[in-house]
Amino acid sequence: MSNVYIAGMGATAVGEHYQRSLADLASEAARTALMNVPSIAPHHIGALYVGSAFSEELYGQSQLGAYLASMLGLSPSIPALRVEAAGASGALALYQAVQAVQHGLPVALVIGVEKVTDHLEDEIEAAQAMATDSNEEALHGVTLTAQWAMLMRRYMYEYGYSADAFAPFPINAHANGAKNPLALYRFPIDASKYRKAAQIASPINMLDCSTLADGAAALLIVNENLARELDGVRIRIAGAAVATDHPALHRRRNPLDLSAARASAHIALGRAHLGVGDVDVWELTDPHGIAATLALEAIGCYETGTAPRHAAEGAITPGGKTPIATAGGYKARGDVGGATGIYQVIEIAQQLRGQAGATQVTNARVGFAQSLGGIGTTAVSHVLIRES
Amino acid sequence: MKIARHWRDRVPRYRLEGQRHRHTGEVRFPPQPPALDEDPNDWEPYQLSGRGEIYSFSVLRQTPEGFASFGVYPVALVRLEEGPLVTAQLTDCDESELTIGMPVEMVTRRLMDTGEDGVLVYGYKFRPRLS
Repeated sequence: MSNVYIAGMGATAVGEHYQRSLADLASEAARTALMNVPSIAPHHIGALYVGSAFSEELYGQSQLGAYLASMLGLSPSIPALRVEAAGASGALALYQAVQAVQHGLPVALVIGVEKVTDHLEDEIEAAQAMATDSNEEALHGVTLTAQWAMLMRRYMYEYGYSADAFAPFPINAHANGAKNPLALYRFPIDASKYRKAAQIASPINMLDCSTLADGAAALLIVNENLARELDGVRIRIAGAAVATDHPALHRRRNPLDLSAARASAHIALGRAHLGVGDVDVWELTDPHGIAATLALEAIGCYETGTAPRHAAEGAITPGGKTPIATAGGYKARGDVGGATGIYQVIEIAQQLRGQAGATQVTNARVGFAQSLGGIGTTAVSHVLIRES
Repeated sequence: MKIARHWRDRVPRYRLEGQRHRHTGEVRFPPQPPALDEDPNDWEPYQLSGRGEIYSFSVLRQTPEGFASFGVYPVALVRLEEGPLVTAQLTDCDESELTIGMPVEMVTRRLMDTGEDGVLVYGYKFRPRLS
């Protein structure tokens, strides 16, 4: 099996791209990914993996593999396919590309893309709710935000927190997003603003709630032979894993336990021969503070019931023990649906290259990105290592 | 909502009928097909009491397409007396009175807006227990 490396990466700004199509966004991301890798040309690409959660429901386009291969001018005789696992779609597309390169493919292109803002908010809410059990949850008017909200209320009840205890998560996300030129929201917030924010799905308020927006991100994935020809530090994908859980929250033994998040993290770290304590920088699925809390605890960074306390002490900031959302996370960079997983891996790679700018984590050598589809229903984890 | 799809689930949705394991006594709801390593005959239909208590809840102010006629509405995870959790809307209650642990009971109500096809989708919701 070959080792797998990230050779190139590119992303569009996250936002409401009214003047740009899904293909425009994917094209920009893919061109950027190839631009800084002169030794690899489009005709070297042996497979295209596209991750998108909403391309049918909110863009009316299926077969994104063929569609984007056509738009990008890739060879018609390479496999080009789209992968779907709600918010984990992009990460799962990367997982597929990693498998292919491990088993002999020299070059794969991975694109995560989402074009959603042509639709109204209630249509977007309904599309996102398809990641629940449609018969047993979405039919009852439940949304993903409502589900995270129910977990947050239960968590507060079991461990004695107020809603204010979750403020450090969006505050950290916005502080970091303010320094990311591609972020959706580039302004800081503070605890007083958080307290005054209107409720979206109680107890989750507007400043603890991510916004779904348009964007595309791309990664050029290569085998070890090609990676050795590249200049600069090499970023190796040292471990990748996927795990799943019941889509219906009520079918889980303990709804506060994101068991797929834990399983996929531990398997991915095991494959990289690393432990939780070896990770220098994290990207998690953090549309709300409760989501980051439950992921940090499931992965084993903190004891159950304690993550908000650690966050309050600065543990999640770029200088803390477990930095998260260094590019703004879901809250400030924006939730890019199925494309998010690629944005996450790009941020980790930037950190490991020492190119993360104002939110650089000092001497970051090992990074971890985890993308969840639904409420941890699909969990995809990637471990990245800087090779000098 | 398609008529056939709603009709197919009429038993759990109208009657709160789940399944009980003949040997272990475990109760599950809603009913589901047998797992690959299970004997399909081990699960028998089982009528739930409809009583339970709130495990957690949220009041939605940003709602999905198909639910506009309900305005702001509460949803909950309800722990049923027989053990299973179930996801449903709460009804006949004030937001201010809702708490985790509150006893609730099942009622049948309209679940979603009547769409273009005119199907009235009724099913279980929960309200604060009257008795």
